[in-house]
Amino acid sequence: MIVESLGGVLTANALITAFVFVGTLVWLSYWLSDKLTFGHLHGSAIAIAFGLVLAYVGGSMTGGSKGLADFSLLAGVGVLGGAMFRDFAIVATAFGADIEALRKAGAIGAASVIIGVVLSFTVGAVVAVMFGYTDAVVITTIGAGAATYIVGPVTGTALGAESGVIALSVAAGLTKSVLVMIGTPLVARRIGLNNPHSAMIYGGLMGTTSGVAGGLAATDPKLVPYGAMTATFYTGVGCLLAPSVLYLAVRAMFAA
Amino acid sequence: MMVIYGVALLSFCMLVGELVGDLLGELLDVQANVGGVGIAMLLLIFLSNLSPHKFRLNPITASGIGFWSAMYIPIVVAMAAKQNVVAAISSGWMAIIAGVAAVAASFLMIPVLAKLARDSNDDR
Repeated sequence: MIVESLGGVLTANALITAFVFVGTLVWLSYWLSDKLTFGHLHGSAIAIAFGLVLAYVGGSMTGGSKGLADFSLLAGVGVLGGAMFRDFAIVATAFGADIEALRKAGAIGAASVIIGVVLSFTVGAVVAVMFGYTDAVVITTIGAGAATYIVGPVTGTALGAESGVIALSVAAGLTKSVLVMIGTPLVARRIGLNNPHSAMIYGGLMGTTSGVAGGLAATDPKLVPYGAMTATFYTGVGCLLAPSVLYLAVRAMFAA
Repeated sequence: MMVIYGVALLSFCMLVGELVGDLLGELLDVQANVGGVGIAMLLLIFLSNLSPHKFRLNPITASGIGFWSAMYIPIVVAMAAKQNVVAAISSGWMAIIAGVAAVAASFLMIPVLAKLARDSNDDR
């Protein structure tokens, strides 16, 4: 009876349950960071890695697509981690950002978005060709997926790609997003990611809002507004370029 | 002054940003929001720096924004926990290699662009 009531309370107050759950997870991660790694591995990096592992566990146990949030008890995690709160918190980080730094890196930040889209698209398209695909629509859709998991399906739908190909493009984008979250704190020092200037370039090149949000949180939360600022333009630019200019370029090379 | 003023200002900026981003997307004929969050951030920075004498954010008002800024990491942790990691891992090598290669290439590009930008700044 107690178990039933508890379950009822937790599901009825899903978002509140998520606060307790995430709070505990973050606390545990910071504790581990302190005791096991003596602060070398940032607590937020551990928490994000835990989140991803739990998302895998949730996904394989429930067969759903929302990771841990597919457990009805933890549906609130999906709300808290959804696009609405994510974007809200990202906008809030802009409060107190250094305007001068933004202005100085504005031009290179804008350029990095276009370079980033074309670069990721090209790499994705080359991989598709290496795996034996010769159809321009398929190559373009997979290349677009390597940009972000939103650009992939938008492009695939616009070009009339099969749903299997669109699923592949989403998977490529998801891999990118997960890898950016985990990889950023590991390579941050080597690629000079320690100032607003390089953070803006980083956001523009990577483009995946979730990946950049997670990657910078685990590296240095002070850099978040700069990286997020440019990253948020990436998906739009990708959806603009991939089904048009980039598709035409691919089609010119792989004319049927 | 109340906390809700800060929260309301933040929310207002986000809604305006999302709206402009959506309109920009329609204008460019793409099925996506173009820079909505970025526009919202610029608007928030602009409004919170608007002529300090007339429109100074009271510390209590500012705390309404600061709270959400501080909630950023927990929200990102929740976001990580709701990703479709299973799909990313189980859909075959091509998707994984495409994703990994794109990230590797982009990481390598950061120091190159940062250096280019710095050099061109020095020339001026």
